[in-house]
Amino acid sequence: MRKLALNDDILMQVEKPARYIGNEVNSVIKDKTQVAVRFAMCFPDVYEIGMSHLGIQIIYSMLNEWEDVWCERVYSPWVDLDKIMREKHIPLFGLESQEPVKDMDFLGITIQYEMCYTNILQVLDLAQIPLLAAERGEGMPIVIGGGPCTYNPEPIADFFDLFYIGEGETQYRKLFDWYIENRAKGGTREDFLRGAAKIPGIYVPQFYEELYNEDGTVKGRRKQYDDIPDTILKEIVMDVTDAHYPLKPVVPFIKVTQDRVVLEIQRGCIRGCRFCQAGQLYRPVRERNVDKLKSYAVQMLKNTGHEEISLSSLSSSDYSHLDELLDFLIEDCSQKHTNISLPSLRIDAFSLDVMSKVQDVKKSSLTFAPEAGSQRLRDVINKGLTEEVILKGAALAFEGGWTRVKLYFMLGLPTETEEDIKGIGDLSNKIAATFFDTVPKDKRVNGKVQIVTSTSFFIPKPFTPFQWATMCTKEEFLEKAYQTKQGIMEQLNQKSIKYNWHEADVSVLEGVFARGDRKISQVILEAYKRGCIFDAWSEYFHNDVWMQCFEDCGVDIGFYTTRERPDDERFPWDFIDCGVTKEFLLREWKKAQDETVSSNCKVQCQGCGANRFGGGICYENR
Amino acid sequence: MKIRIKFAKYGTMKFIGHLDMMRFFQKAIRRAGIDIKYSEGFSPHQIMSFAAPLGVGIESCGEYMDIEVLSMTSTQDIKDALNRVMVDGVEVLSVTVLPEQAKNAMASVAAASYRLQMKEGAFPIDHLEDKVKAFYGEESIPYTKETKKSVVEVDLKQGIYEIGVDSDGAIMMLVNASSSGNIKPTVVFEKLCQFVNLEIPQLSYQVTRLETYTDIAKAGEEHVFIPLADVG
Repeated sequence: MRKLALNDDILMQVEKPARYIGNEVNSVIKDKTQVAVRFAMCFPDVYEIGMSHLGIQIIYSMLNEWEDVWCERVYSPWVDLDKIMREKHIPLFGLESQEPVKDMDFLGITIQYEMCYTNILQVLDLAQIPLLAAERGEGMPIVIGGGPCTYNPEPIADFFDLFYIGEGETQYRKLFDWYIENRAKGGTREDFLRGAAKIPGIYVPQFYEELYNEDGTVKGRRKQYDDIPDTILKEIVMDVTDAHYPLKPVVPFIKVTQDRVVLEIQRGCIRGCRFCQAGQLYRPVRERNVDKLKSYAVQMLKNTGHEEISLSSLSSSDYSHLDELLDFLIEDCSQKHTNISLPSLRIDAFSLDVMSKVQDVKKSSLTFAPEAGSQRLRDVINKGLTEEVILKGAALAFEGGWTRVKLYFMLGLPTETEEDIKGIGDLSNKIAATFFDTVPKDKRVNGKVQIVTSTSFFIPKPFTPFQWATMCTKEEFLEKAYQTKQGIMEQLNQKSIKYNWHEADVSVLEGVFARGDRKISQVILEAYKRGCIFDAWSEYFHNDVWMQCFEDCGVDIGFYTTRERPDDERFPWDFIDCGVTKEFLLREWKKAQDETVSSNCKVQCQGCGANRFGGGICYENR
Repeated sequence: MKIRIKFAKYGTMKFIGHLDMMRFFQKAIRRAGIDIKYSEGFSPHQIMSFAAPLGVGIESCGEYMDIEVLSMTSTQDIKDALNRVMVDGVEVLSVTVLPEQAKNAMASVAAASYRLQMKEGAFPIDHLEDKVKAFYGEESIPYTKETKKSVVEVDLKQGIYEIGVDSDGAIMMLVNASSSGNIKPTVVFEKLCQFVNLEIPQLSYQVTRLETYTDIAKAGEEHVFIPLADVG
C-alpha cells in the first residue's frame, strides 16, 4: 500500500478526500529509482476541474509511455486543505507517489484561463518552491508554463523558469534529453536554461528584459545572450492522426466536470470569428482520420468504463467526416448503453436528427451562439450566423419536440450601439414567437417555450483582430447588461425569456491579465500575498483586494483595458509567433470596422500566414 | 440471473464514499465486459443493488452488491474479470448465484460485525475487556439519535447482539445493520468511552466491517444470522 501524504485525521476533515489520494484507474505508478526524470503535471484549479482537461491527459499519457520518465498529477488543494497544509507545513505532493513536488525535476503548469494566476502562486507556495524564478536555486524543480494563456506570458513571466509555447506533443523529449545530458555533465540550472532556450518553442523569460517607452507601452526587448532567439515560434503537431492520444485516460473516483471519454476530432477552426483567440492560436485546422477516431472511441470506452463519450473540437460541424463518425458511434454506443454528447454543433436538419437519436428531446436544450444581437454587429465580429439560419434552426427544433433554447451573446463588442443591444431582446423574442407559430396549441407539451439568454462581457485577447480594441469599463458593462434586461422586458414574449449575465469586475481583471505586460506580475504577487486564490470562483473572488493592489502597486487598469491602441503599437506578446501574422490580424481589424466579413478557410484562404506550417486545411482541396 | 458479489475495501479506498463506490463498480463492470442487465427507458442504468452503505473512513472485508446478468460463463470468470480491472484497495472476494426469489442485498441486511482496532500511538484503555463487559451488562444503553428530521431516544442495547475484545485488544461487535435499526459502530464506541469516562478521539481507532449478515430466523424466533454470501 502506498503511504499517503496526508494522515487520516486530515483526510477525514476535508471535503472530498478523494481529491488527494490518487490510485485512480489508469493512473501510473512507477519505480522512482528506475526513472531519470520526474515530472509533476499541474492544473492550478480544484481536482474536478483539472481532471476534466484533455491536454493534461495527453501529456500525462505521452510522458509515462517513456520508460525513463514518471509524470504525476497535481491540482490546487481546495481552500480547506490549503489552510491545513500551511498550518502544518505539509509540502504539496504528486497524487501518484504522494511525494513532495519540490523533490521532482519539473513542475509543469497548464494555464487555461487568466483567473487562475494566483493559483499558480498557491501551488508554488504550497510546494515550498520560491515564487520568483530568479530566487530558485539548484535542486528546485524547473517550473514550466504551457497552455493558451502563455501566448502572452509576460504578466506571469517572473514566476516561470521557462514557457513551452504551443502544442505539447512535440518538444518534451528533446527538453528531457537535454536535462539528462546537462545533469550528467554536472551542468547548473543556468546551463540547463541556456540550452533549453535554444529548443524550438521554449521561452526562458529571465533571459529577456522588457523595455518601455515613457508612456508605458513596450519599446522593445533586450536579451541577455546573443545565441537565444528573438521570437518564439509556437510548436505544432502537423500529423494529428499519428500524434499521441491517451487511450487509457485516468478515471476519477469522484464526479468531475468532464466525466466521460473525450475524443478530439480535430484541432483548430476554419471560422475566424474575430473575438476568438483559440480560432487563431490553433491554426491551421487539422483533422484526425475518421477510422482512427472510431478505433480510439471503442478502445477508450473499454479502457475507462465510462458511460458517455463526447466529441471535442472548436466547431464539430466543420469536421468533414462527422456523419460517418456519428453513424458509427450511434450504432456502436446503443449496443453498449453509452451516451453521446455533442457540443458545438451547428443547428440544422442533420444535427437535429442526430441529437434526437442520442438525447431525450424533452429534457435537453438547444444552444445557439449568435454572439451579437444584430446582423451588422455579427458582420463586425465575422460570426457567419444569420437571423434566418437561427430562426430556421429553431423552427426545425420546435417541430422536433424541443422546447428549451439557450442563446449566448457578448456585450461590449467593438462598434456596439444601443441598437445592437436591443437586437438581443428582439432575437430572443423572435425565437419565442417562432415556437408559437410552429407548434399548434394542442401539441405544446408544457404549453410553453423556455428561452435562456445569457451575455458575457467581451474581453479583447492577444492574437485576435480585436487585440487593438478598447474594452469597456465595469460601469459601461453593467449599463449594457441593464439595457439588455430592459430590452428583453419590453418584448411581447418576455415571460418565455430568462436573462443571465456575468459579473463585470472579474471581466475587467481578465482584460488586464490578457493584454498585460511584465509590470502586472507584481500586482498578481501582491494580491496573492493578501490572500487571493481561486479567483475564478466567485465566492472567493475579492475585487476590493485586487483594486487596492493595483493602486498600491501604481498600476493603472485603464492603460490595459480602455486605452486606444494605435495600429503600429508594439504589444508585449509580439515576440511570440503563433503562425498568424500581425498584418493579417490588422487587416481583419480594419475589415471589422468596415463591417466586412471574411470567408472561412474552407471557402477561401485569407492569407493569415498559418500555411507556413506546411499542412492542414491550407493544403487540402477546397 | 441474479449474482451476489462480495468485496473488500481497504487502504486508501476507505476515503471513497458510498455513491462513488457505486460509480466505480458501474464503470468496472463495463471495463470487465460483464453482460449486465440494463433497465428499460430512455436512460437505461445497470441493475445493481448495494447492501449496506459504508461510512467514509471505514474499511471492510464484507461488502456486498447484487447485479443481474443476461449471460455468463461461470462465477469464477466474473470474479477474475472484475479483479483484473480493480484498483489497489478493492478486491472481489466471492461471486455467487442467487436463487431467483432471493431478496436483494439491501433488503436482506440484518446485522454487521465490526472490529475497532487502536491505531498506532493511540491512547489505550486499561482493562478494556472488563470495561466492555460492564458496559454491555447495563440494563439499557440510552442514546439520543439526531437525524435531519427528528430527535429520537433509542436503546442501543437492543441492537448490540454481541460485543467483546479479541486477543489483539480490538473491540469486536455484532450490531443491527438493517435499514430501520442500523447502529453505527462509532456510536457504540462513543457510548463506551462515556461509560468508562474517557475522552478518546474517534479517529484514533480504525473501524473495519468484517461481515454483513442476513437473518434467516422465522418471525418471532431468535435471530439466526448468516453471511449474505451464504444465501442460496
